[in-house]
Amino acid sequence: MKITRKAFLALLAAATRAFGRPRPRRMAMAIDLAKCWKDRGCTRCAQACHAAHNVPRIPDPRREIKWIWKERFENAFGEESAGPAVAGAPVPLLCNHCEHPPCVKVCPTGATWKRESDGLVMMDEHRCIGCRYCMAACPYGSRSFNWSDPRPFLRAIDPAYPTRARGVVEKCTFCSERLARGAQPACVEVCPPKAMVFGDAADPSSAVAQLLRARYSFRRKPGLGAGPNVFYLL
Amino acid sequence: MTILAKAIRGSPAYRWWMAALAAAIVSGVVLWVRQWNQGLVLTGMSRDVAWGLYVGQFTFFVGVAASAVTVVLPYYLHAWKAFHRVVILGELLAIASIVVSLLFIVVDMGRPDRLLNVLLYPSPSSLMFWDMLALTGYLALNAMLARAALAAEIDGAPPAAWTRAIMLISIPWAVSIHTVTAFLYAGLAGRPFWLTAVMAPRFLASAFAAGPALLILLCRAFRYDAGEEALRKLRLVMTCAMTANVFLALMEVFTVFYSGIPEHAAHYSPWTWLSGGFAAVALAMALGRSRYAPAAVFASLLIDKGVVLIPAGFIPSPAGAMTPYIPTAVELGIVLAIWSVGALLVTVLFRIAIAAREAEAGGRAARPELTFPRRITMDKV
Repeated sequence: MKITRKAFLALLAAATRAFGRPRPRRMAMAIDLAKCWKDRGCTRCAQACHAAHNVPRIPDPRREIKWIWKERFENAFGEESAGPAVAGAPVPLLCNHCEHPPCVKVCPTGATWKRESDGLVMMDEHRCIGCRYCMAACPYGSRSFNWSDPRPFLRAIDPAYPTRARGVVEKCTFCSERLARGAQPACVEVCPPKAMVFGDAADPSSAVAQLLRARYSFRRKPGLGAGPNVFYLL
Repeated sequence: MTILAKAIRGSPAYRWWMAALAAAIVSGVVLWVRQWNQGLVLTGMSRDVAWGLYVGQFTFFVGVAASAVTVVLPYYLHAWKAFHRVVILGELLAIASIVVSLLFIVVDMGRPDRLLNVLLYPSPSSLMFWDMLALTGYLALNAMLARAALAAEIDGAPPAAWTRAIMLISIPWAVSIHTVTAFLYAGLAGRPFWLTAVMAPRFLASAFAAGPALLILLCRAFRYDAGEEALRKLRLVMTCAMTANVFLALMEVFTVFYSGIPEHAAHYSPWTWLSGGFAAVALAMALGRSRYAPAAVFASLLIDKGVVLIPAGFIPSPAGAMTPYIPTAVELGIVLAIWSVGALLVTVLFRIAIAAREAEAGGRAARPELTFPRRITMDKV
């Protein structure tokens, strides 16, 4: 049987419908604080992340750049949420890769956007104009601006990841470059007590989805409606 | 001598003034080149206080630009003939203010060389996109209006009919520029200090007080006789708008402190209270008809909107950090330079307008029934 052009196109369209558009994933992270607090002084996640992404170590805390860091519980979740059992305890913070990211909404150039395939909030430092509107909009302080050239503050440069220039904003990317080759985010991989679990929350069989079904979880500032995809377990 | 030649020549004092402005602008350009080379690390801004004096001044001067509507609307729509001699000054002041506010945005950018990305990748979900459209559109409208009005004045003819359509568009457009500018801040869920529906109305009220106050001050500075009636009405607009502004600020204070939500109250610091105190004093002076009321109103609003409003929204940070913001000398030098650009534009544009008016008054002297009283008392142009 000869396949006509019309039949071929119809077949192609059917195939595209069937296989072309995979169900969008929703990447999320669950952080078990009880595990994390086994060593409150541990900073392995930040070290691994900042080394992998050429994040500079800037001595002036007012101008620092950080993708993942620790903050006191009451600063992360508000004074009202911090009972005496948790007050002062360190909580790892990073970009929440929100469902409705306020930073994406305000960006005037589309330099930051939400990736449809997996929900990652991405950042294109080559398009960013440095207006810092995203920093004003982010309710979580997850974004850093390069107030000066970051390269002099890098002790070692990992050639596998780009460095940035002064005048642009950057942040955690959920390690999109590692996810692309099937690896876990650097912080998840390195965490000694395996306190961080990362995966597709839209897939019921994923570890993170199972964990969120089994355990009580909470998020930072849920009332703002941004819908953070970083969950904390306690 | 042409109008332009008359406008740009003047006394030694005038030449010194222009030289001082030029010096401030040149030093500002030098500082800005340094800032471009080394980064915004030369300013007092930080990870927690991401916007400072530049964005504050931008906001304030958008308001001054919008306030042209306080002379345009009464004159054209309600036929307040008293504003005959100030309406062109209002339009020219709007042009200078828009230029100033756009310059403040440019110096605040980390990558000003990528400015056109805003046009190349238009993002309608961002209020900044709309603000850019509103501001450039308003600049174009006012440039057309002022040019047509000046040309008509020089020719001694009434303005062309199409200018009325432009003027009618410019009225809601003026309101829109400051409303959209308020929306830049008032729509951010994570910044409780700005998250208030009263932001846009308060922006308009404070703008409509600061603008007429500045017009009164400029009439004095240029020794331009706008007419008793016009000055009285400008003061009336200023006083009413300042009353509304203080009233709206008190509404905000009530909501914040009666509701007692800690995240909202935390942003009130000695600086915000001091700024509020200045506004109260300025309002009292305006109500008491003090000669210094326009200066007090203008200065208090320049501080409130141009200095305090923006950093106060960032302190404390969302994580509760009280990072202080202290502008650096570089920042202040650049601010001074941009003010100087505005002052230079106002000086040249106002002198052109006044010279044109003088030429018109001179040209009509032969027809006494049409003559305006020659009130211009400028130094020998």
